[in-house]
Amino acid sequence: MKELNVIFAIAYRDLLKFLRDKQRIVFSLIFPFIFIAALGGSLNANLADDAGYNFLTFVFTGVLAQTLFQSTAAGVISLIEDRENDLSQEIFVSPISRYSIITGKILGESAVALTQIIAIIIVGLIIRVPFEYTKLLYLLPFCLVVCLFGGAFGILILSNLSSQRSANQIFPFIMFPQFFLAGVFNPIKNLPPILWVLSRISPMTYAVDLLRGLYYSGFQEYNKIVLHNYFINLLIIAILTIIFITIGTWLFVKNERNR
Amino acid sequence: MNIIEVSTLTKKYKKSKTVAVDDISFSVREGEFFAFLGPNGAGKTTTISILTTTLAKTSGTILIGGYDVDKNPAEVRSQIGVIFQNPSLDVNLTAEENIRFHTFLYKLYPFTPSYGMMPKEYKENVNELANVLGLKNEIFKPIKTFSGGMKRKLELMRTLIHKPRVLFLDEPTSGLDPLSRKNLWNYLRDIRRKENITIFLTTHYLEEAESADRVCIINQGKIVISDTIRNIKQRLLRDYIYLEPENKDELINELKRLSCNYEEDGNGFKVNITNESVQKLIKEIQTKLLRINVVQPTLEEAYLDLIKEPEEEGKTV
Repeated sequence: MKELNVIFAIAYRDLLKFLRDKQRIVFSLIFPFIFIAALGGSLNANLADDAGYNFLTFVFTGVLAQTLFQSTAAGVISLIEDRENDLSQEIFVSPISRYSIITGKILGESAVALTQIIAIIIVGLIIRVPFEYTKLLYLLPFCLVVCLFGGAFGILILSNLSSQRSANQIFPFIMFPQFFLAGVFNPIKNLPPILWVLSRISPMTYAVDLLRGLYYSGFQEYNKIVLHNYFINLLIIAILTIIFITIGTWLFVKNERNR
Repeated sequence: MNIIEVSTLTKKYKKSKTVAVDDISFSVREGEFFAFLGPNGAGKTTTISILTTTLAKTSGTILIGGYDVDKNPAEVRSQIGVIFQNPSLDVNLTAEENIRFHTFLYKLYPFTPSYGMMPKEYKENVNELANVLGLKNEIFKPIKTFSGGMKRKLELMRTLIHKPRVLFLDEPTSGLDPLSRKNLWNYLRDIRRKENITIFLTTHYLEEAESADRVCIINQGKIVISDTIRNIKQRLLRDYIYLEPENKDELINELKRLSCNYEEDGNGFKVNITNESVQKLIKEIQTKLLRINVVQPTLEEAYLDLIKEPEEEGKTV
């Protein structure tokens, strides 16, 4: 029970930190705006007729999942940065379990990612993305699942990195290809064999497909867009999350003091 | 009673060929002010990191308040307060939020998102601390605007709120101007008087170590000397007499005949005068002397002599 208090405190601090960082808030608006408006808009104007569905909506749902996944992962990785300066020295020397630190961090960064969704929705409303916003309520619990999945992925990456510098170098290299392999902006229903394999081993693929599957259920575009049934996506996400968290936390706790 | 007990502690970093801390043993009594003095890279921060459970040791045993740092790290952590070399405050939070967060980490109060919902006891505590610091108006403002000295004091206040038995300070005055440094020391002295807290300090400033009950001088991972400042002074600060002769060889022969301990230094010789009076020695020397000086070395000189780089000594061999 007492550890739960600590987890909340750590999570709350992360959210507070984000809400007070105006620069970060602005950036969290700019990227989805560029992706949805510029990329989604141009694809929609040129390819929508051939594809048979609206690209703005397609990119919008993709960016939604990608933001939740990536933001939580990046946030969790910031534990490295914190460890080198900042408050984390103080967190690591306090009498709380290392598992509470990681849990609190994942929860806090999930809250941050969910807040960013508000920015994306505002972007969606401004550029008039055809989207049934009432479906968001139903999507919300699954958004949290995507966040936890991203957080678990972040811990796995984090546990293998030694410094913020290596994190800054490696993180884009791990994330950027997943944008395309997971089909955030591009259709991946048909892929050449090599890309198909790479796409299926990209964790983000399942995050994007889960939210799209849930959103497009009942629409006629469903079969042209969605890869797997939402239950299969949930199952894969659950298995991967458990694997990532177990290995990541174990390595992190082991490496943290053994320098 | 010994609150810190360190025996045969050794630390070798994974990627390093040499050991950072080399088989050191020492103990600190409850309530004592203990200083770890040494140059940069001597192993001070490594030792303090191991004692505060944030770094794993290679070998040796460490007990803090009776608890083993490896077997019961959580118990050890709840008994200690740590001021790190680099400030560890969250600059995005206000001073009060930093303190509040600390109370949650040490499980003093259940989590609440606002100051208003905190218990009365906590509010009284914060008010009192703010008064002592003279930041009544700033306590609810982000600490971005605080000066270095102010931040250090806030860190001290924050760590004292969970009433640690041992306070670890890792070069707490590095980066502070002389006035802030003096203020911080006065504040520390007040705390000691009030709380009877054990203080473990690392520093590379001799004058900071001088106010400690006991000083341990560490160099290249090894303890060079460990004693009270008074005893260290007695052991290290030996008066010597400086003699500058007309003819060097003549004086050397004579010093050898009188079986004196001497050391050549420039044009003259430093001669130890521990057992003999100055007068007696001068009387017996026949060589014509150009200069006679009785010298009392400063502690600074003695300290610098102790931590001399071994390469320098090696060159002459």
